[in-house]
Amino acid sequence: MPTIKSLDDLKKIREEALEKRKVKTASGQVQVIVGMGTCGIAAGARDAMKAILETIQTENLEGVVVTQTGCIGLCEKEPIVQVVVGDQPKVTYGKVSPDVARQIMKEHVKNGNVVKDFVIQI
Amino acid sequence: MRELSLHLLDIAENSIAAGAKNITITIREDTTADRLYLSVQDDGKGMDEEMVRKVTDPFVTTRTTRKVGLGIPLLKAAAEACNGWLKIHSKVGEGTLVEVEFQRSHIDRMPLGDVAGTFLTLLVGNPQIHWVFRYSVDDEIFELDDQQIKQELQEIPLSDPLVLSYLREILESSIRSLQTTQVY
Repeated sequence: MPTIKSLDDLKKIREEALEKRKVKTASGQVQVIVGMGTCGIAAGARDAMKAILETIQTENLEGVVVTQTGCIGLCEKEPIVQVVVGDQPKVTYGKVSPDVARQIMKEHVKNGNVVKDFVIQI
Repeated sequence: MRELSLHLLDIAENSIAAGAKNITITIREDTTADRLYLSVQDDGKGMDEEMVRKVTDPFVTTRTTRKVGLGIPLLKAAAEACNGWLKIHSKVGEGTLVEVEFQRSHIDRMPLGDVAGTFLTLLVGNPQIHWVFRYSVDDEIFELDDQQIKQELQEIPLSDPLVLSYLREILESSIRSLQTTQVY
């Protein structure tokens, strides 16, 4: 892959991204929320976040919105990642290591199958 | 937390929780003076004097989910153990500046860690905020102001795979080249 460096390259990226969007508008949006409170950060939320972003790149996942939230009161289960696919109910995952994060992205976000082993009840 | 870049992430999350629209993160390594300076400046809701005094105390937090806030007190203790200091300047309605300095070569000084990871996490996870990242090692400076990027991209989100690889590339390569020019 060529290395992208300058701001001018963003124009190209934008055009390319727009082009791809035209093809894939019906797929619906996926929201991925990472807990970034002090507890989450201390437990490794940044690494989970990085793994999520990496998987978006490697699997070329379009229409994924990645956001953050603070502490939700389950510090012992951090890092916590929540996934909302379209209008389906929110699924909450606990103890999300980078490996688990990659698994969630591939199986749940990409293929629509909840990764049951890491779901926690809130 | 074992990395200063994780503390920066933590402090910036406080800024976000305080409703900031503009957040500037500065890292300055001065190898001659042997100092490492870090700061997070925001235009969030700010704190009054009482709160600023209390915020370095481990038994104060604004969160309702858990009663103890430990981010700032631990960082302050870490800085003071390395011939450094931590200061908070804040004004209600104007914003907050958290500054911390270490003796750079101090044996107990935490490593900076994954600075690019912290910047990328903040940038992509909080696109509504205007971010400015400044990292300098002596006279070498890296600065990223996300406004130009967002203007150029318009409706394309930062979490688009192509945009992500662009952001990761500029952050990682710039920071790597800064850090390899370091004189030990």
